[in-house]
Amino acid sequence: MADITIPPKDSFRLSMLIYDTRYRSLTIQVVFMFLLMAGATWLVNNTIYNLHVLGKDFSYSFLWSRAGYDINQRFIAYNSDSTHGRAMLVGLLNTLFIAFISCVAATVLGVIAGVLRLSKNWVVAKLMAIYVESFRNIPLLIWILVIFAVMTEAAPAPNAFRGANPSAHMWFFDTIAVTNRGVYFPEPLFFRSLGNIDLGIFLVSTDLLAIIAVMVLSILGYKRLQRSAETVQNATGIRPVTWWKSALILIAPIVILLVALGFHLGYPELKGFNFRGGVHARNSLIALWVALSVYTGAFIAEIVRAGIQAISRGQTEAALALGLKPGQTTNLVVLPQALRVIIPPMISEYLNITKNTSLAIAVGYMDLRATLGGITLNQTGRELEAMLLMMGIYLAISLIISSVMNFYNRSVKLKER
Amino acid sequence: MKKSVILGMAGAACLAAGMATAGTLDEVKQRGELNCGVTTGLAGFAAPDANGVWQGFDVDYCRAVAAAVLGDPTKVKFVPTTGQTRFTALASGEVDMLARNTTWTFSRDVDLKFTFVAINYYDGQGFMVPKALGVSSAKELDGATVCIQTGTTTELNLADYFKANNMKYDPVPIETNAEGQQQFLAGACDVYTTDRSGLAATRATFAKPDDYVVLPEVISKEPLGPLVRQGDDQWADVVRWVANSLVEAEDLGITSANIEELSKGTNNPEINRILGTDGGLGKMLGLDDAWAKRAIAANGNYGEIFAANLGESTPIGLARGLNALWTHGGLQYSPPFR
Repeated sequence: MADITIPPKDSFRLSMLIYDTRYRSLTIQVVFMFLLMAGATWLVNNTIYNLHVLGKDFSYSFLWSRAGYDINQRFIAYNSDSTHGRAMLVGLLNTLFIAFISCVAATVLGVIAGVLRLSKNWVVAKLMAIYVESFRNIPLLIWILVIFAVMTEAAPAPNAFRGANPSAHMWFFDTIAVTNRGVYFPEPLFFRSLGNIDLGIFLVSTDLLAIIAVMVLSILGYKRLQRSAETVQNATGIRPVTWWKSALILIAPIVILLVALGFHLGYPELKGFNFRGGVHARNSLIALWVALSVYTGAFIAEIVRAGIQAISRGQTEAALALGLKPGQTTNLVVLPQALRVIIPPMISEYLNITKNTSLAIAVGYMDLRATLGGITLNQTGRELEAMLLMMGIYLAISLIISSVMNFYNRSVKLKER
Repeated sequence: MKKSVILGMAGAACLAAGMATAGTLDEVKQRGELNCGVTTGLAGFAAPDANGVWQGFDVDYCRAVAAAVLGDPTKVKFVPTTGQTRFTALASGEVDMLARNTTWTFSRDVDLKFTFVAINYYDGQGFMVPKALGVSSAKELDGATVCIQTGTTTELNLADYFKANNMKYDPVPIETNAEGQQQFLAGACDVYTTDRSGLAATRATFAKPDDYVVLPEVISKEPLGPLVRQGDDQWADVVRWVANSLVEAEDLGITSANIEELSKGTNNPEINRILGTDGGLGKMLGLDDAWAKRAIAANGNYGEIFAANLGESTPIGLARGLNALWTHGGLQYSPPFR
């Protein structure tokens, strides 16, 4: 083996950047990066140049000027004298609210539909299949418009509730009014309210804080009771009777607090043109909520079904063979493993819901898109600024949701030791 | 990720891109078609008829400009815009002019960088309610639900009016007039508010117009007119003087019926100048001498356009009122053609 060829020590040649596999991928990446940066530079330059040609500057000072328009649904104090920035905040809270209640409802609907689709009952399984296939195969916007149109056209006007012989009646012992302007629910009120805490940007109800604090303490007390019962059970083999203690700990403090605050319900009443009092859930909110929930619920149902079916039948059979009850099999064996499959695609669905809330414009729900990206943009003419800010906010919301969900995903995923 | 950044930036740049260096007049001539921004549909002002041909007061302004510049009133591409999209469409160059009952305000003129070239309709904001409601004045509307088009001056006037009168209301934001009409007829709002001309036009399309009444209060000044981008004075002059020629034609008694005869030459030098029999004006504008003749011949003079689309013989039935000629006690007045 004397003729081992020693590779010629060639000096580096430029052509090697293309023909030598050691350098080629690097070359491509560098060229691509340059093109990308050139493209970005061109876009930014083009924007700056054209803004200059139009005689426009780039400034967010409009956020501090008077908005001048009213918003119907608001969680914080706002009127037409407030600033555009505050209008944006009102819209943002509306977006977060609709996204949150839609995520909750879609999850509940989706889990139920997904589990039922695997039911051995043929009718139930087929009904769920029809639900899934019809809702996820028709565009969301159409569902929103259909539900909104039904609410507007089919429900009675507030006028129909008037007079000695009204043509429409309130539901549930005259507590809920369904009108073509939305649904009016009773609202919780307190005779001896503790007032509000002013946080500068918005007010926080002390009553609500007190209720939350008492409930958290009750639950902590309940957990403690359970733990001590377990200790007794482990030591003596007999579990002490705790149900009445649990009931007392969970219910008594909150009831006492509510009585102390003078809790009562404010019922909606027809006064003037509309119902007054109570909580007013507008048609736009209801249409958007229902449509987002049932539409996304159909996707979630499929994710849940896929998750359950991913667990091999052998696991269920083994659990049953060990003597676990069917409920225990589901809770202790199937679900913990199915969750690992379910959660990653669920993150996408939650993100989808959040972004799809921007379809609110179709029914006039005053979300971030309608305030900052709609009226504010239009009244101030700050298209570029408003759009960039809105994109940034949606991006931030989505990244926060996805990081929270990823954190949860890490906590339930298979821990390999 | 990188791709989405590019797309995002492209989207942002699109708003400002599309501005050409050539003048709008040359661009329109070269294209052979005028892009005119109109409403998505408001009977009498701009709406497609049964054959899909756009008809209306604002539409006739687009046609007059097309006739003056291109020699053919049909060479117009109508771009329907909502209250929200109209300014972006004009600023980005998607349309050459807006004739979309748009109110001339300080901030739109100065801050949004537009040039309002004329006031073709003096309007004011009003309220329409069903007669069954038993309301006779806007002052009785405390607590009412109000349908309101977003992105308009009416939205701001509404907030100011209710605030000034210490009344509350529940706004139902809507995007287009058609949507507002549907909501109002379904009873989802008690009141529909917009410019009074718009209310009359909308009411005329109802199945039972007599069941609805426009309240007497006029809560704002709404001078409506065509507008163009700021900074192209030549184009602004073209649109401005086409609009003026229509008013001047009514003033001078030039109608679509007698225009051919008058253009052969009269002993009134003003008529001769505007119709181009005595040349010169067209060249100053960058057009030929018969520009105003074509503009007027397209749909007639201001009075004819008004009568055909909005006047008392149409279902909309608006009186001339403030929009009569200055010689008849109105505000329509054209600077002299000389």
